[in-house]
Amino acid sequence: MRALSSFGMRVGTSVGLLLLSLITLFPFFWSFILASHNRETIFGQTLPLFLGDDFLKNYTLLQNLIPYWRAMGNSLMISCMGTLFSLLFCSMAGFTLALHRFHLRKLFFLFMLLTMMIPPVVSLVPYYLTIQYLGLLNTHIAVWLPFTATPLGIFLIRQYVLRSIPLELIEAAKLDGASSIDLFVRVALPLLKPALATLGIIQFVFFWNNFLSPLVVLTEQDQMVLPVALRSLQNHPNAPWGAVMVGTSFAFIPIMLVYAFSSNRIISGLTSGAVKG
Amino acid sequence: MAKEQSLASLAKDDRSGFWRNLAHQIDRRGLAPGFFLAPYTILFLVFGLFPLLFSIYLSFHFWNPVEGLQAMEYVGFENYLLALEDPWFWQALKNTFLMALLSGLPQHLVAIPLAFVLASSPKWLRQWSGGALFFPYITSGVVVALIFFHMYSAPYGLFNSLLAGLSEHLNLKGLKELLPVRWLDNAHTVQGAISFVVFWKYTGFNVIIYTTGLMTIPKELHEAARIDGAGPFKRFWYISLPHLRPFILFAGTLSVIGGLQLFEEPFILTRAQGGPSQNGLTVAHYLMRVGWEWLEMGQAAALAWILFVIIGGMSLINYVLLEGRRKRKDSL
Repeated sequence: MRALSSFGMRVGTSVGLLLLSLITLFPFFWSFILASHNRETIFGQTLPLFLGDDFLKNYTLLQNLIPYWRAMGNSLMISCMGTLFSLLFCSMAGFTLALHRFHLRKLFFLFMLLTMMIPPVVSLVPYYLTIQYLGLLNTHIAVWLPFTATPLGIFLIRQYVLRSIPLELIEAAKLDGASSIDLFVRVALPLLKPALATLGIIQFVFFWNNFLSPLVVLTEQDQMVLPVALRSLQNHPNAPWGAVMVGTSFAFIPIMLVYAFSSNRIISGLTSGAVKG
Repeated sequence: MAKEQSLASLAKDDRSGFWRNLAHQIDRRGLAPGFFLAPYTILFLVFGLFPLLFSIYLSFHFWNPVEGLQAMEYVGFENYLLALEDPWFWQALKNTFLMALLSGLPQHLVAIPLAFVLASSPKWLRQWSGGALFFPYITSGVVVALIFFHMYSAPYGLFNSLLAGLSEHLNLKGLKELLPVRWLDNAHTVQGAISFVVFWKYTGFNVIIYTTGLMTIPKELHEAARIDGAGPFKRFWYISLPHLRPFILFAGTLSVIGGLQLFEEPFILTRAQGGPSQNGLTVAHYLMRVGWEWLEMGQAAALAWILFVIIGGMSLINYVLLEGRRKRKDSL
């Protein structure tokens, strides 16, 4: 009797969890469904629960309204550049903070962690003014370069170097006449691959979703990133919802595909601050 | 094995004498740390420290950026005083706090029991469910808000259609008269509607943090309690919950910091207009309006610093709670 009730409870919670998961994912599914419907069925009395056949029409409409693939390309370019340089800059700083003893190292480290506390909204005004002063308004570099050397990333790499690169290996390479740069490129970087993958994912997701800085800095339509371009559709009279949903679907499908294959790494990367902190 | 390989590859390399020499010069002069820290330091000085100092300076000036640097006018604490007398700022602050609470508190109230269930589930279910619940966290707030914007629409958005169907089937006359609800155009519902989207997006993140926390409890503890006759509710209350305290404080701090900076979801859901009676206007949104629409950068900088102090104060409260607890534990 007791075993039965605990078995029933286990099935019940399992079914509950699966249902909850489906409900959580439902809005994405819904956006996909609506992307294939026209105005009449979207705003009709009955809910369109299955795929319709106006996907191509909506897609054409979307392309006429905004330079969609241009925005997608911009987003991709910014995310890739940002991620690449994040990996380089963070691993350089993390590497030296882990291995070299130098003057004021502790102070430097403390200072770096302190700057993590400044919320992005607070630095929005000065960030914009700096970009303007440097003549970087409406350039892509303005929305990736300032965010590449993140304290969190540097911290992540430093911890990984301390944990997983044996000191004997470094010493041996030094005896063989390797310089610090050799050590970094030939010894550290290959061993850092797992940490770099985690950091890369964190940074890519950040750049891909970033909205605030592109919103104030990239105002020309040709330079716009995906979220900003999609948002501009909202103010369209008689908002073409089918087309909007085509746009949103294409925006999350790449992320969904990446997630399907590496969700464990993404989750552990994005919650690493919590678990170690 | 790996060691031998990398040593061999180091020895083999005699190709570029000049660069090798340079690299060794850097080491010999003790410049290596400087070299490796240069990108971070330069970026920090240009995009971190300088803007921050400039923004403090700016907050004591009236300045319209279109008129150039000469138009800057020193006004002392005027910007701060204006902000404190500004009814819109107070409303934005009130909205932000309310929505941070409405979206933040339920996140944890739902996430903790859910994490308890997940932690005691078989591995495949934990991974699959955890993965699904976490997914909204990594999607763009703008994309998500656009989808919800449509789901909230009247009269035939998803929510209204579902409620209409419900009232039809169960014959609820009272509900039927209320329909369609203009979720985002009604001053009473707009804050709840925005908070729900935020709740939906971030609950999964908290579930994962709490599940990770719960997985670190030794299994024997639960076993022992079970043998002593404690049911799942008792075990949750007396074992899991106390263990989660540091995690709750951590995730709670993140929710507070994030909630006070709320921007994307309300911005999209109110079409950048602030919503009915400006009830969906958050501080971050108001700051953008002051700076970029009204071109009063000095005022915007002052608002940002007030927000910073509030966020800092809230985080400090959390920190004191955390440290106080740890000290008490140490003294035992």
